[in-house]
Amino acid sequence: MTTIHIDNRPYPAKDGENLLQECLSLGFNLPYFCWHPALGAVGACRQCAIKQFKNEEDKHGKIVMACMTAAKDGIRISIDDPEAREFRASVAEWLMVNHPHDCPVCDEGGECHLQDMTVMNGHIYRRYHGRKRTFHNQNLGPLVNHEMNRCIQCYRCTRFYREYAGGRDLDALVLRNQVYFGRHEDGVLENEFSGNLVEICPTGVFTDKTLKRHYTRKWDLQTAPSVCVHCGLGCNTIPGERYGTLRRIRNRFNGAVNGYFLCDRGRYGYEFVNSGRRVRQPLLRKNRTQLLQPASKRGALQHLGEMLSAGARVIGIGSPRASIEANFALRTLVGRDQFYLGISERDLRLLASVLDILKKGPARTPSLHEVELADAVLVLGEDVANTAPRLGLALRQSVRRQPEEIAKKMGIPLWNDHAVREAMQEEHGPLFIATLANTRIDDIATRTFRGPPAELARLGLTIAHALDPIAPQVPGLSNTAQALAGAIAEKLKAAERPLVISGIGCGDKAVVEAAANVTWALCNMGRPAELCYVVPECNSLGATMLGGGSLETALEAMNDAADILVILENDLYRRADAALVDRLLAAARHIVMIDHIKHATSAKADVVLPAAAFAEADGTLVNNEGRAQRFFQVFVPRGEIEGDIRGDTPRDIPGDIQESWRWMRDIMVVGRGDEGQWSSLDDVTAACAAAIPSLEPILRAAPSAAFRMDGQKIPRESHRYSGRTAMHANVSIHEPEQPQDLDTALAFSMEGYAGHPPPSLIPRFWAPGWNSIQALNKFQDEVGGPLSGGDPGEPLIEPTPGKKAAYFENIPAGFEPRVGEWLLLPLHHIFGSEELSILAPGIAELSVQPYLALNPEDASNLGLTAGDEVQLRLRPEADAQVDVKDAQVDVKADDSANVTTTAEIFRLPLRFEPELLHGTAGLPAGLTGMGNLGGVALPAWGELKKVEKGKQMEG
Amino acid sequence: MWNSLKTMWIVFLHMFHRRATIQYPDEKPNIPPRWRGRIILSRDPDGEERCVACYLCAAACPVDCIALQATEDEHERRYPEFFRINFSRCIFCGYCEEACPTDAIQLTPDFEMGEYNRKNLVYEKEDLLIDGTGKYPGYNFYRVAGVTIGGKNKGEAENEASPVDPHSLLP
Repeated sequence: MTTIHIDNRPYPAKDGENLLQECLSLGFNLPYFCWHPALGAVGACRQCAIKQFKNEEDKHGKIVMACMTAAKDGIRISIDDPEAREFRASVAEWLMVNHPHDCPVCDEGGECHLQDMTVMNGHIYRRYHGRKRTFHNQNLGPLVNHEMNRCIQCYRCTRFYREYAGGRDLDALVLRNQVYFGRHEDGVLENEFSGNLVEICPTGVFTDKTLKRHYTRKWDLQTAPSVCVHCGLGCNTIPGERYGTLRRIRNRFNGAVNGYFLCDRGRYGYEFVNSGRRVRQPLLRKNRTQLLQPASKRGALQHLGEMLSAGARVIGIGSPRASIEANFALRTLVGRDQFYLGISERDLRLLASVLDILKKGPARTPSLHEVELADAVLVLGEDVANTAPRLGLALRQSVRRQPEEIAKKMGIPLWNDHAVREAMQEEHGPLFIATLANTRIDDIATRTFRGPPAELARLGLTIAHALDPIAPQVPGLSNTAQALAGAIAEKLKAAERPLVISGIGCGDKAVVEAAANVTWALCNMGRPAELCYVVPECNSLGATMLGGGSLETALEAMNDAADILVILENDLYRRADAALVDRLLAAARHIVMIDHIKHATSAKADVVLPAAAFAEADGTLVNNEGRAQRFFQVFVPRGEIEGDIRGDTPRDIPGDIQESWRWMRDIMVVGRGDEGQWSSLDDVTAACAAAIPSLEPILRAAPSAAFRMDGQKIPRESHRYSGRTAMHANVSIHEPEQPQDLDTALAFSMEGYAGHPPPSLIPRFWAPGWNSIQALNKFQDEVGGPLSGGDPGEPLIEPTPGKKAAYFENIPAGFEPRVGEWLLLPLHHIFGSEELSILAPGIAELSVQPYLALNPEDASNLGLTAGDEVQLRLRPEADAQVDVKDAQVDVKADDSANVTTTAEIFRLPLRFEPELLHGTAGLPAGLTGMGNLGGVALPAWGELKKVEKGKQMEG
Repeated sequence: MWNSLKTMWIVFLHMFHRRATIQYPDEKPNIPPRWRGRIILSRDPDGEERCVACYLCAAACPVDCIALQATEDEHERRYPEFFRINFSRCIFCGYCEEACPTDAIQLTPDFEMGEYNRKNLVYEKEDLLIDGTGKYPGYNFYRVAGVTIGGKNKGEAENEASPVDPHSLLP
């Protein structure tokens, strides 16, 4: 700490940090454009000009850019100096010269950094009346809208897109006052973090295209703190609602998790909440021959009550995409021994293994922020850019850690972004990527290695052995792999913060264990190694911690004569082989489905109850690092009543949608008469914490419903929220009462505490004079650091440091290509592999289509050329008996012209994947439209055959 | 006695004064054009809706009686999908007109809005939209703004240079 003098008053500051950041941290309103806490300073916009004085006597001073000046002890500066003010105002005026007269139709309006800064500078009247420069816009795909006229040339977009996120197809073109930020031609932005341009751009050049279709100003959105449900990382988000539909997702800064950025799947996947596939009212059928008919809530519950009171045995199947509370409520309803997790046996074993390794091993699991600090990384088996995209972005930062030493040696402060990048040139720190096929972060990798899971595991085990000779040795590894393992071991050993990343994405336990062996070998050497596992879903780890059997064991239990199967937020056909799910569903006399979307499993249910989606419910999710995070209800969902975006349905008619745990409670009430067991979420959370000691910290994930600030709740609506007395007036002139929130300390209202709430309850970032997302600065003690009061989330897993862990001794046999058979490997896709986001039109447009990937050599051996179709026949399992008629998926959206399904023979278009090993083939993982292939556990063996054009398939 | 006679005399003299009472509704009062009465939505000189659904009127409204939803036509011209004013809440303060950046929303001298049923005081866009420009003739926001709409491309708005060609190599 050092002392700086601002306008003749002393303030504490961090030595060597740039003055802009220090001034903002101290609470001064100093305008800026090009600087960003995550991107550093380049001094491009000349907006943060201040006066610097030589000493106390110096009254004249000189104008310097605050962002390019280091805070030194005793430095004397002035923000308020008239000359500095005038300078800043003239810069703003000059930047506004070509700025179009667009604010009323600009989506950034009302949360525009340029508007904020212009007002802050006092530039209120345009003196320039000359002609304005114009640009044509580009079509950048379904997610980001381009309006180039509004650009003020701050270079933030390309700095983020190219330098931070590693994109290549957006750049600055032309020169002088005609600089153009765009692609070389129209087209979808390739980088999966393109959505962040919306928040990075200080004005309206890049705006949210999905928001544009149902545009609402920031002040009109009802918002609440939430957590992304589209992968296992648990990025913090702020969803916004208006007139009963979800309008957009914004990043919610969490210094430990997502920081300033979200991936496009997380940002744009939200539209599944508005999807036509939503279940909005109970559906019921008395026998299987009928179709599901809409029913009233009372009718459905009565029917369930009759079913339950007959003394039937109930089996419950939970879900890794439902909250802890929902899963626990189901467990309470059916009893601990009848509760199953709704995860296939193999995946559950993998997850249990991950949990076990994290709990019992000496290595700690890093947060995403800590991943960015790692200086040598090994990625083993996980395609992080697709299964956990934000982790890929963190890795792009981690490879800067070692080259940063070059800049440090040259005395360049790390915030001086372009000087640091010039010093680093193309240097990257060690990052080794061993995966099934190529990944989108290969460009920063030191070395890559491709192979089927067994080979990846063998590589990992060899690295572990190279680090610690006690670790098991792998026999028969090729010399190149042996040499690579040695090189990786050297780099990991030399690193200060080595990190190993793996996951269950390639479906092999040996890979998970090999990653643990490498990390433990480093730990045993006394290195502070960290181990990060990627899990597939938002609550995979939470569900595993809750405990319960797999789908396969549920089938066994069903065969022991159970009557009722209650399935929670889970499409079982995505989890396991269709034949197995068919048998499971056929064994149940009654199937009760509680979910928010219709899918293949709910089509077979006898009772479907409408559950609340993430934005309509509260709950706790546990991410891949074991961090319990609370997500909050954003709005009260409307029911299945005629109504659309016009708000024809008053929102005080909540419809029948309610949280899954409330359905469970209602079922318990009608079935068993357990009156009044739980009345609010806190009751469920408390019961869960009491029943499962390892989940006890979830109580502290957020303040309880009784929490008040100055005796008031925290409003979900901004103080400027409009239309309250008119939005329902077309339905009823009598204004409805605000919905009451029994579950949280937030209120569905614009009234309440106006100051800063605790970090886990921040519904939006806003501060006087700061309407844009940059208002976040006011919520941090130190700009760029954690939120004031600490980053939200409670760790559930504490490592046991210093513990000597025994190595896993299981060594898989090397991969042997077979004649006539191919090992089918799962290839993940950021757009398409996830169940919910694919229901968002923007994501669906970018999704891959079903395919079968082969390396070109294998393809030509089969006589296949580009554009051909391949016939795939899965090697039949010993007990698989597929009823062809039943196996056909009868949900409309699942129909795909590309796949023809008959039992276990599939026809798929060919795609070349040059990096697939000989003897292996790739299939898109988790893609809808793959028919029965969707539930097949990959890797699996299958036969491939060329489909002759115009010829029917052979049986 | 004297006082009473004096009073009667004054009353008698008033018979010859100009009458202050207007025989409304038989006789219409003279209302200045800047009177803040019934709110209308005007059209631009080209006959298109002036409202661009910027939500500023709704934000400015102290009683929150304006609700609308923005949408766009096929050429990305933005307009309100619905626009509703609940006149049973409106206090005719005129803030909406002040906030309007396109001169679309205007208060008129019409104050005759009495209804027996409160519900009839809810005006939708069809009820609000008039055929003319109202008090402010001439202004057309889209002719000034930089966005492209049907019939107006980049560089065709007032005071705009023709668009830059990003592929040009000329300095």
